[in-house]
Amino acid sequence: MSATSILDVRNLSVRYNGTTCDAVKDVSFTLGRERLGIVGESGSGKSTIGRALLKLLPTAKVIADKMRFEELDLLSLSERQMLDVRGKRMSMILQDPKFSLNPIQRVGHQVAEAYRRHFRCTKAEAREKALAMLDAVKINDPMRVYDLYPHEISGGMGQRFMIAMMLLADPDLVIADEPTSALDVTVRLQVLDILDGLVRERGIGLIMISHDLNLVRNFCDRVLIMYSGHMVESLAARELDNARHPYTRGLLAAQPRIGGSRKPLAVLDRKDDWINAVEPTA
Amino acid sequence: MKRVDIRNLSITFGTGPAAARVLPDVSFSVEAGECFGLVGESGSGKSTVLRCISMLTDIWSGKVTIGGTNVRDLAPLARSREIQMVFQDPYGSLHPRQSVRTVLSEPLKIHKLGDREARMSKAITDVGLPLSFLDRFPHQLSGGQRQRVAIARALILEPTVLLLDEPTSALDVSVQAEILNLLQKLREDRGFTYVMVSHDLAVVDHMCARFAVMQHGEVTEILPREAISGNGATHPYARELIAASLAYERAL
Ligand SMILES: Nc1ncnc2c1ncn2[C@@H]1O[C@H](COP(=O)(O)OP(=O)(O)OP(=O)(O)O)[C@@H](O)[C@H]1O
Ligand SMILES: Nc1ncnc2c1ncn2[C@@H]1O[C@H](COP(=O)(O)OP(=O)(O)OP(=O)(O)O)[C@@H](O)[C@H]1O
Ligand SMILES: [Mg+2]
Ligand SMILES: [Mg+2]
Repeated sequence: MSATSILDVRNLSVRYNGTTCDAVKDVSFTLGRERLGIVGESGSGKSTIGRALLKLLPTAKVIADKMRFEELDLLSLSERQMLDVRGKRMSMILQDPKFSLNPIQRVGHQVAEAYRRHFRCTKAEAREKALAMLDAVKINDPMRVYDLYPHEISGGMGQRFMIAMMLLADPDLVIADEPTSALDVTVRLQVLDILDGLVRERGIGLIMISHDLNLVRNFCDRVLIMYSGHMVESLAARELDNARHPYTRGLLAAQPRIGGSRKPLAVLDRKDDWINAVEPTA
Repeated sequence: MKRVDIRNLSITFGTGPAAARVLPDVSFSVEAGECFGLVGESGSGKSTVLRCISMLTDIWSGKVTIGGTNVRDLAPLARSREIQMVFQDPYGSLHPRQSVRTVLSEPLKIHKLGDREARMSKAITDVGLPLSFLDRFPHQLSGGQRQRVAIARALILEPTVLLLDEPTSALDVSVQAEILNLLQKLREDRGFTYVMVSHDLAVVDHMCARFAVMQHGEVTEILPREAISGNGATHPYARELIAASLAYERAL
């Protein structure tokens, strides 16, 4: 695996300025041409890991023994060099789509411009390409939606715009932060199928940050579990139900089920020693 | 406890050839003290329905009443005591330069409510955040922490009707469980009425007695929660959506 791995992270720690505690502490993992899920508590550092990989943390101290992406040592790259990596070779679908779009520009135009940033072509070609992408992510009536402003599109449309922009750039590594949480199940499956195609056919590496346990269990190959800045468990996705860490066990128990009892849901009784990882399973 | 009644709600955005009739004619009623679910296709108009009820947009036609009072007859101040909304996208709904303390204390000041510190502490701990977060700004919070601040802000005025747009989709299921339990308890103790948008039919089944399925701006069918586990829908889209959700829960 390590010979072909796309990403190799050793002991990554992140501390935001003005705080007294690491938001991410000694996190290590590798990523091959696979779908890696990251699950964890709200505030446990999942998005921070993604931003650290893209070096998008100007107000934090980031340290690591190693942060390698393909042939690049990310730790030593300058901001100038990162400009050639970000978006083009490594792309992050941000958790707050509407916040990542320019509020005063039509959404379709922003997709077309994203394409023109990476490939030489005329404005008309970029528009065609953008419209085709919106269609690919199942936006109804792309011609109408193309001309809307960010506040005029729905939550799920915003998520699909982020995915369309990522697809246009054709990256080798995609970090998707809650990419499908605002999509109805039918459209969600179609979008997951597109991401799946990128892994299977183009051999990209995909990191899927998600709270959706059904998605992670069935769509990902491996899962990392984060709790309070620490990576506490790592297991094959199909083994999720056999997780051993008390946080992961608690998560599984807290999930509402169709046809469930409707009694109050199980909640966690968090313990200080939960930051300790369980031994990896063979 | 107040009932919410929506009659012939219709809205068109834009004019001329670009005009889009997003909601042609939506009607449904929510019983006093009920948690009513709104599910359906992405882009079908769920958030727009909530925005109309709360008068965030007023270019709609039709009639919306809360406890028999037309929402158009409520002055803004009275309306905000009656209805609060938790937005789908918490980043957009929190002012970037307002600390959490300001977000929570502003409504208390406007409504001249006393015990501000105590109310703020209760609101922030109810959503599972430490008191030290009162001094943070939105960009210093994680996605789910922002969402919880938005929920705290909506609850702090103790409105009779809460419009919840995907309130827990940004939360891990353990925090989701805490928030859903809190919402249930408030409904039982105080008789709050909820309209809740969700893509997760397991959450709808857990929380709602009834729910509407939307597609292309229309309510295709209103169903009792029992219709989920056995797929008791008759409209083709509603059937498809429930079938997909059942399959999704089992395997992708
Ligand atoms: N700019 C900042 N300054 C200080 N603290 C921050 C800042 N940004 C994030 N944090 C804190 O760092 C921790 C990790 O945040 P992060 O956004 O990575 O969480 P997350 O795992 O993505 O959570 P969620 O599932 O809620 O999105 C949180 O406790 C958050 O409050
Ligand atoms: N101000 C506006 N101008 C033009 N079109 C709008 C405006 N607001 C909403 N729309 C359109 O109305 C439709 C419904 O949007 P809405 O946000 O209500 O969908 P939704 O059901 O909440 O979807 P999602 O599940 O993706 O959040 C979309 O096609 C959207 O583009
Ligand atoms: Mg996050
Ligand atoms: Mg919406």
